[in-house]
Amino acid sequence: MRKLLLMLATVAALMLAIPVVSASSKTDATTLKVALIAPSSHNDLAFTQSMHHALLNLQKKYGFELSVSENQFVVANAANIIRQYADQGYDLVIAHGSQYGGTIQQLAPLFPKTSFAWGTAGTTYGLPNVYAYEANSQEGGYVNGYIASLMSKTKIIGVIGPIAVGDAKLYVDGFVAGAKAQSQKTVVNVAYTGSFSDPSLMSKQASVFVAQKADVLTGSSQSVVGAINVARENNLKWFGTQWTQASLAPKNVVATQMYDWMPVLSQIVTRVQSGKLGGVSYRISLKNGGEKIQFNRAANTPKTIQAKAKKVVDGIVSGKIVVPSGL
Amino acid sequence: MLLALGTNPVTGYRALLDGAFGDGYALSATAVKAVPLLLVGVGICIAFRANVFNIGGEGQIAMGALFATAIALALPDLPAALLIPLTILAGAVGGGVWGAIPGAFKGYLGVNEILSTIMLNLVAVQIVNYMLAGPLRDHTADSVGGLIPQTRLLPENSWLPILRGGTQLHLGVLVAVLAAVAAYVLLWRTSFGFRLRAVGLSRDAATYAGMPVARTTTLALTLSGALCGMAGSMLVFGSISHRMVTDGSLTGFTGSAGFNGIVVALFGGLNPLWTILSSFIFAGLLVGGDAMQVVTNVPSDLIVALNGLVVVFVVSVEFLRRRPRAAQMAPPSEPPALSPEHIEQPVATGGSA
Amino acid sequence: MNEFFTPAILTATIASGIQLAVPFLLAALGETLGQRSGVLNLGVDGIMLLGAFTSYYVALETGDLPLAVLAGLAVGAACGLATAFISVTLRAEQGISGIGVYLFALGLTSLLFLKLVGTPLPIEQPGKVEVPYLHELPLVGETLFRQDALVYLAFALVPIVTFVLNRTTFGLNVRAVGENPAAADSLGVSVARTRYVTVTIGSSLAGLAGATLMIDVGIFQQNITNAVGFIAIALVYFGAWRPIGVMLGALLYGMTQALVLSWKGLGIIPVSLSDLAAATPAVITVLALLTVARRFRQPAALAMPYTRGG
Repeated sequence: MRKLLLMLATVAALMLAIPVVSASSKTDATTLKVALIAPSSHNDLAFTQSMHHALLNLQKKYGFELSVSENQFVVANAANIIRQYADQGYDLVIAHGSQYGGTIQQLAPLFPKTSFAWGTAGTTYGLPNVYAYEANSQEGGYVNGYIASLMSKTKIIGVIGPIAVGDAKLYVDGFVAGAKAQSQKTVVNVAYTGSFSDPSLMSKQASVFVAQKADVLTGSSQSVVGAINVARENNLKWFGTQWTQASLAPKNVVATQMYDWMPVLSQIVTRVQSGKLGGVSYRISLKNGGEKIQFNRAANTPKTIQAKAKKVVDGIVSGKIVVPSGL
Repeated sequence: MLLALGTNPVTGYRALLDGAFGDGYALSATAVKAVPLLLVGVGICIAFRANVFNIGGEGQIAMGALFATAIALALPDLPAALLIPLTILAGAVGGGVWGAIPGAFKGYLGVNEILSTIMLNLVAVQIVNYMLAGPLRDHTADSVGGLIPQTRLLPENSWLPILRGGTQLHLGVLVAVLAAVAAYVLLWRTSFGFRLRAVGLSRDAATYAGMPVARTTTLALTLSGALCGMAGSMLVFGSISHRMVTDGSLTGFTGSAGFNGIVVALFGGLNPLWTILSSFIFAGLLVGGDAMQVVTNVPSDLIVALNGLVVVFVVSVEFLRRRPRAAQMAPPSEPPALSPEHIEQPVATGGSA
Repeated sequence: MNEFFTPAILTATIASGIQLAVPFLLAALGETLGQRSGVLNLGVDGIMLLGAFTSYYVALETGDLPLAVLAGLAVGAACGLATAFISVTLRAEQGISGIGVYLFALGLTSLLFLKLVGTPLPIEQPGKVEVPYLHELPLVGETLFRQDALVYLAFALVPIVTFVLNRTTFGLNVRAVGENPAAADSLGVSVARTRYVTVTIGSSLAGLAGATLMIDVGIFQQNITNAVGFIAIALVYFGAWRPIGVMLGALLYGMTQALVLSWKGLGIIPVSLSDLAAATPAVITVLALLTVARRFRQPAALAMPYTRGG
């Protein structure tokens, strides 16, 4: 009993002991209020960073109020936070994580005046105030795989994934398809560590691939930092997705499939401002420019290879090359 | 800390208290958050009283949830009056089994339960990942966006009924409180409870008295696991999304309820009735923290750190209590005995430190 | 499967296994010391995180790796003093305070990483230290004698800690305080001081473990330890509170992890089973303990705050 009273007392004391500092900002009633909920942090060099970056740029353009809730990997917690944002009258709540979908499906009908954007996923559940967005990551994966196979001298490539779900699996499947398309003889070894947040396992998995004489590596999720380091130490080439990890290994990162969410977000924001709260599924792809293959300048990849990459991209865009979506 | 981040601390803490206890909705959210904490906490009371340290709450919650979900998905047409109790029972079974394993290991084989429960947590996480990405996955939600490790929408008949419209307050709250009361009765009003506490206080004395120590130990962990399993089913069937979903991480589904439950139980003095109150307050801290984050836009990590600080603070300030809590916490498994080396050598060296 | 038994793969697997084992080993050794004196520290993972972040930040800002490692150690020691203060002087419940420390460290390191480090950059990793002559032995040389300096340090600590515990007066005091603090006290051993020392040293090792992990990965990330600290605590029990047992446990766990990764890379473990395979180290550890189940008593005064006359 004592403990509980002490607990209450502590919380109260903490509150009273800190002097008042005014730091609040005034909000205009007509400013759009946008919230982002994401499972990892904005500097994860991957999933969340791409979305966060786009939102910040968009904020400069449209001037809306932005609140960010990152590292929300516990779905039940995120659900509560999403609900609170809606309760607080936010106009647009962006749930950036496919695991939040079930929550959106249940919450959206309760808050018809709030617009919910959910990704990466393809369905709006038929709800009028839900937008969905997804990435054809398998496309960029294909291009990366193709070029990786082209550049590999040992023709052995290692792919390290976190868990075989969502965006990660799409990318990996596309990558394998692309590598095989370049040459059936290329060996692509795929392994999933079983965790999104264990860079140590990723780095050891990469070491295994190095021992297998792989000279190109790729992978997905924020834990790839461990693998990239191994690539750097052993002079391997790295292909990335979601966001450029070139800062980690300037000489080794060949190319990245960059996600540019700005066009999609732009459309959503404009529509929300004009009162259309949902009902559209968006997709970024190589075709619409939401996905781009960005070659890392510091790696000095020969122009011929970059040209070849462009050819593959054109092939996908024109529909001549069909990338399997692995479903 | 809030100052360093440029926010107004008073706004922050006000948001915390508001979000936790401010209005009817907030109270209900806090109560709902307290449900798994309470159930786990009660289970911990039972286990720790038997001197069994169940650190496996996370895994037991997950396995209970998994089993309950599977049952609901398999029997969607059962009427709610049958399905809901069934899922709660299934949760108890799933968690109970996951607790029985380390329990039996300890009771009959002498394998330390801290080791086995921690390890089983890791195993449970991967089993859940495997099931949710494979056999139990909602195939209809697959799209080009990639497959999501979540189940189909659970049948409405299985959703925990809301007790008060407009809130999230669901049946689980009643179940949890009942469980706490039942546990209290079990521990102090039944012969089983007596045996359990006896084993907890002195294993040897209990053995000499002819009590079935191995069986009691096993049962203690099984019960603890069963309660955690029930917490798991509450998490799933009382959730906003009405699906079982995870992100693959160790606490992605449970939200650390397994560990927080230990804190809550210890704050409640290992008494199920006081645990009701401590779970509510701790839940308030969590829910309020979320609210604070939304209002002041501080990173959620700060909230986590804050929670930790509060826990440490409160536990530290406890030194005001007069007598040591030795009787309630970690009694020695054998009466402390001096082995010969302790007596002889200090005498020989003069006993100086 | 044939591919697995090639020297290159075997070497990489075993070397990885050793590297993976080191953070477990260091943290578990530290916890062993503390627990032998009767203090349970559940905040190990948090202290590891603080050690990892501090050493990363120092390495990032100064480029001085030894300094960074020292910083990690120092932070660990500071945490140890705090933990000792809470557990020994304030006699707080050790189960709760440890979890509180863990939560605090988890939040703080994530927060600091967010705010202080903009774009994460990797640190310069140290070169491998080669033991002269021995490292040229086939297979064994590559795996055992060509590792980071910290790896050698970690394994060297095993006999050192064993020696200290079993053959020095201090070690005797530690064990006495852990078994029967009242008796130790009556014989003139300062229970509080002994516990302060063990907990501080133990936490320094945890901080070092965190730094080692960070250096091995090459960068810091939120929750980089991913519950390694809790597994290390479990390994203390596996090792029956003896450093050599703890070392065996750490090696078992690390090797199994490395083996699983290796087999995944070779396709021996199919992708469909990759989740379940990730649980193998845990299963193996429990099975191992089952087969060699001995009844080792825990330090009798473990997790019980001591009051003179109480």
